[in-house]
Amino acid sequence: MGGLDDLYQQLILDHYRNRRGRGRIEGASASVHENNPVCGDECFLDILVEDGRITDIRADGEGCSISQAAASMLTEAARGKQLDEALELVEHFRLMMHGDAEPDEDLLGDAVALEGVARYPVRVKCALLSWLALRDCIAEYHETTATGGR
Amino acid sequence: MGTSAHTALDARALRAEFPILTAPRAGGGELHYLDSAATSQKPRRVLDAMDAYYREANANVHRGVYELAAEATHRFEAGRDAAARLVNHPREGTVLAKNATEAINLVAWAWGARELGEGDEVVVSMMEHHSNTVPWQIVAGLTGATVRFCPITPQGEIDMDALRAMVGPRTRMVAVVHASNTLGTINPVEEIVAMAHDAGALTMVDATQSVPHMPVDAAAIGSDFLAFTGHKMCGPTGIGVLAGRPERLHAMEPFLGGGEMISDVTTEGSTWNDIPWKFEAGTPPIAEAVGLGEAVRFLEDVGPDRIRAHEKVLAQQMLDALDEVPGVTVLGPRDVERRGASVSFTLDGVHPHDIGQFLDSKGVCVRAGHHCTKPLLRHLGIQSTARASAYLYTTHDDIQALQSALAECRAWFGAA
Repeated sequence: MGGLDDLYQQLILDHYRNRRGRGRIEGASASVHENNPVCGDECFLDILVEDGRITDIRADGEGCSISQAAASMLTEAARGKQLDEALELVEHFRLMMHGDAEPDEDLLGDAVALEGVARYPVRVKCALLSWLALRDCIAEYHETTATGGR
Repeated sequence: MGTSAHTALDARALRAEFPILTAPRAGGGELHYLDSAATSQKPRRVLDAMDAYYREANANVHRGVYELAAEATHRFEAGRDAAARLVNHPREGTVLAKNATEAINLVAWAWGARELGEGDEVVVSMMEHHSNTVPWQIVAGLTGATVRFCPITPQGEIDMDALRAMVGPRTRMVAVVHASNTLGTINPVEEIVAMAHDAGALTMVDATQSVPHMPVDAAAIGSDFLAFTGHKMCGPTGIGVLAGRPERLHAMEPFLGGGEMISDVTTEGSTWNDIPWKFEAGTPPIAEAVGLGEAVRFLEDVGPDRIRAHEKVLAQQMLDALDEVPGVTVLGPRDVERRGASVSFTLDGVHPHDIGQFLDSKGVCVRAGHHCTKPLLRHLGIQSTARASAYLYTTHDDIQALQSALAECRAWFGAA
């Protein structure tokens, strides 16, 4: 079952069964709720920002193994990053998902295992859901801090 | 091929008529196509009819005086005649549209946008496909009307008592699905139409999932409008049908404007062509109408009653097979007299997307998602389901392949 093993690498199944960074953050600096219109999956993403750095990040919601594993890997890769570094990380992941970048394992961590998803166009959206939610969450953070919000 | 309802349909023999089902596959094995509720496969004779149209008779319709144009018009209009005959509807009330969605939008705009107003209500059921809710929501937003959703019972059927309570003097339109693409439920549309008419409301029946699978008699149902689509009934994409009562269509203004649909155009204004052409602006999908006509003749040769009988057997086999897989929950009615062979299910611990992907690796094609019925899934408190749907070419082998792949799927994702 070559194709399936390639898509569902052991690392992905491991993150799916044992989610890291799952849940919500009380008193989050910014939060977003996004969904995948194709399948109805949804993702809640919270970040805690201190001195321009993501000190905590949590993802919640329901979805397939790819979307859940991607969210789990995202929380590991993004935790501790400066906001602009996190945006670069998301952009690198996005390019990899569209087959436009060679994966940088140092940057992505376990998320490098999602490279094979790029060959399944319908599933790319699953992998990207939480990662693009982080991009929107950071934008939301900048917006609220600029307008003197929380 | 005989048409007697007493001889069972031979699905294995019918498969031979579908090139995609008999083509050699990479890695060998048979294609277990269980997504006919999304779109059906196409028999060779439909493909040939469309190909022959382009090779032998291509010209624009209703225009040229030359022989070729007359032949194109003849083949195009024969497609309409076939569609009308299949559902026992007069040809002048048989409008060809892009698909069932466009057919419903046609009514929402040509009737609803002009006739609905503040305080008016459109009643739909909770199990409608988005194609029979969203057009009404758009037009309601424009006119100040309200769209009300009739609840369903725990068995997955329209709650008729609730519907009776909901349909009243404010109701202008009752729009319901004949057979649910998600639950499989076959709704008592004759009764619903009569109830709506008693209240003075018009009726729209979305027959997209019934016309391909069972005998459907538009005259007996008695609705003002009935919509279905070609590509789910062995025909091509890009062609759908609105079977409208001629007097309703006469009274309605056009939907889209352009060529073909006019009687006269002056700098001061325009007058409209006769029905059904009044609702067919621009060059129509000619080859698609030809393909639809051939698909209807194919279904008539097989026999809609035999298709229904075959699918009752398949629905029962599918319910039994799914019951044997631990962790599977089936949606919709259990009684095959009250449902079609489109069966949605969930599997504990495995997301429908993952089910779909895993089954694909075993040559089994099922749909995963919300099936364009998000209000229904919200109502049921689930995000998505997997759905296996059968057709006249589906065999017991397909269902066995589904069952064994599902059992393996559980183990693979560690749900066992």
